[in-house]
Order: sequence, then C-alpha cells, then structure tokens
Amino acid sequence: MLQKMYDWVDERLNITPMWRDLADHEVPEHVNPAHHFSAFVYCFGGLTFFITVIQILSGMFLTMYYVPDIINAWESVNYLQNEVAFGVIVRGMHHWGASLVIVMMFLHTLRVFFTGAYKKPRELNWVVGMLIFFVMLGLGFTGYLLPWDNTAYFATKVGLEIANSVPIIGPYVKMLLTGGDIVGAQTLSRFFAIHVFFLPGALLGLLGAHFVLIRAQGISGPL
Amino acid sequence: MGDKREMSRRTFLNYALMGTGGFLAAGMITPMIRFAVDPLLEGKAGGDKVAVGSPDEFGAEPKRVEFKVHTKDGWYESESTLSAWVTKNDKGEILALSPICKHLGCTVDWNTSPEHQNQYFCPCHLGRYAINGEHILETPPTASLDEYESEVKDGKLYLGKVKANPRPGVTG
Repeated sequence: MLQKMYDWVDERLNITPMWRDLADHEVPEHVNPAHHFSAFVYCFGGLTFFITVIQILSGMFLTMYYVPDIINAWESVNYLQNEVAFGVIVRGMHHWGASLVIVMMFLHTLRVFFTGAYKKPRELNWVVGMLIFFVMLGLGFTGYLLPWDNTAYFATKVGLEIANSVPIIGPYVKMLLTGGDIVGAQTLSRFFAIHVFFLPGALLGLLGAHFVLIRAQGISGPL
Repeated sequence: MGDKREMSRRTFLNYALMGTGGFLAAGMITPMIRFAVDPLLEGKAGGDKVAVGSPDEFGAEPKRVEFKVHTKDGWYESESTLSAWVTKNDKGEILALSPICKHLGCTVDWNTSPEHQNQYFCPCHLGRYAINGEHILETPPTASLDEYESEVKDGKLYLGKVKANPRPGVTG
C-alpha cells in the first residue's frame, strides 16, 4: 500500500534521487562509532540538531496556551504547567532542552576545533556555525523573559544593562530591545516576536546553509 | 520456526531502525499531542444553579431575567451575565428559555416584530419562535430555543445548565 503510493508519486515527480542525494551517502570509517568508539564525538552536531527539532516542536505546542502580555503571561504559564495534562513535560522539554542545546553545541564546537575541521576549505562553515551559536544565545536570552516571573525580569534587566555598556551603540541597542523606557509590556511583546519569529527564521536559514556546506565539502579527514 | 522464512540482514536492520526511531519519535511527540488535545478531554465544569428570583414573579407572559455565573476560561476567571426568558404555565411549571438564536447565535427578543405578535424574534435573519421556544417552520432556525434546567427551592427559582429543547417546530 505505502510502496504503491510512493511509486505513484515517484513515477510522476522522480523523488528518489532527491532523498538519495540527501540521505544515502557513505559514512567514512573514522567518524563511525561502530569502528572506533571514540568517534562518538562526531555525533554532537547531529544531537544539537535533534534537540533543536525538539525545541521547535515543543515551542510550537507551548504557544497554544502562552500569551505574551504582562497581565496574562505568568498566569498562562502557570496554567499550562499545572492544569493542562502533560504541561509540565512539554514545558520541561523546552526548559531543559534550551540548556542542553547550548551544551551540545559547545561540545560540537570543541570537536570541530580540536580535529581542526574548521581549516581550509571549511572556514565559511565555521563562520556559519558561529552565527548559529549567536542566534542560539539570542533565543535563550529572549525566551528567558517570557514566563514573566522575578527571575525572568531581573535576568533581562541585567542582560539589557550589559547591552547598554557597549560603547557608542549600547544605549540604542538597549532601547531597540526594550521598546520603551522600562522593561514592561512592550519589552515582553518584542521578546516574544524575536523569540518565535525572527530568530527561528534566521536559525532555519543558517542551519540549511550549514548542512548544504557540509554535504558539498564532505566531513574532514581523519587526524 | 516451522517453515523457514529468511529475513535479509538489510530488512532486519531496516525494521530495527524504524522501530527504534518510531519509539523515540513517539516518546517525543505523545506528550505534545496530549497537551494540545487537553480541552477535548477535560471534564465539563459547573452545573451550580443560580437563583434568579421568586417563582411568583413569572406568569404566562415571558419575562426576561439576568443572572451572573462564574466562568473559568483557562487561567481567566470572570463573572459573566446570562439572561433567560421565563414563563410559568397554568400548571405552575416554569420554562426558562435561552435567548441565543439556534440559527447563528444572535439574541432573540420577545414580541419585537410588529407583524408577528407574541413570538420570539431574531433581528439578524428574521428567525422566529413560538412562546415555548418552538422554532417557526420556514424561518431560518432549525431547532427550538434551548432551555435552562430549572428548580424551585425555598421559594426561589434556580437556573442551571442549558439543555436542548425537545419541542418540534410549528407553523405560524
């Protein structure tokens, strides 16, 4: 049945070469943990992506209940966490995943650094990776404010003061992020927009570039 | 083990991989789905009846009463005002009708159409109902006005949940 449906589509659109090109390629021996167990360090990039997928999915579901508004934000988070079935798990996935994605990304970066995989011809992919790193930090920073509790509020105050301390452009960056004179209604609304639309959009574009480059250039050779 | 059906290593690995992957994906997505469908599975709250006055106040002519109910909408709780058209027939039975038109949800009023005396009238699409809420055939509504569960206790009329009105449509 499934095979027939696949064949029907494949006959018309010739999709087999597309996914073959994507998925069907040799994994070199030096990155395969079945050959050398120490090759597990090559898994960190994939794990980062896996957790990113969990973040995107759990985040989509959280917005079904979350409201980015100073009156309702905390109440809606309290409701989805304590009243809705599995709310504690879905928010837990997003909460812990946010830290884990940074950890995995850091390990991936260390692997790339110590195997020298960033060297010619892969310098550009290192740059794309660094941009992904900053986008991820931005996602962490903007997401932290959204529950609108005391931790969120003061962490954001501190973050904005750090932005403020940048020479010349600091005060402008701070005002752009805050959206007003105080950390309040407009800040929360902005951080929500940045967290769920702008940064994820940028992240998906950069991840696409990261993967296209690694497929085009291949994994770097053994040490 | 009876008849020997060989499975190739490739097929076995495919099944093993798909099974493991499916299990992991299910573990990830099941909590999210259950989280999203919670409103469907949550029990209906409420059912407390609210006093709206003494039964002696009502007679054959429909009288509109307003009462407040406590509404819990997720994390937002409020008092919302409902209204009912109440009549009492000669046997002393109370009928409390919901003013929400069964066509598309506008609010009906009693005796406001000059051409159709002693009927409930909905201004949105000219839907009409007879005195016990029966929908008038050949007007837009296809069901009779809902009624509130009612109860007389300690000389007071209490109204509760809305239920369907079993009366069929009438001509008029």
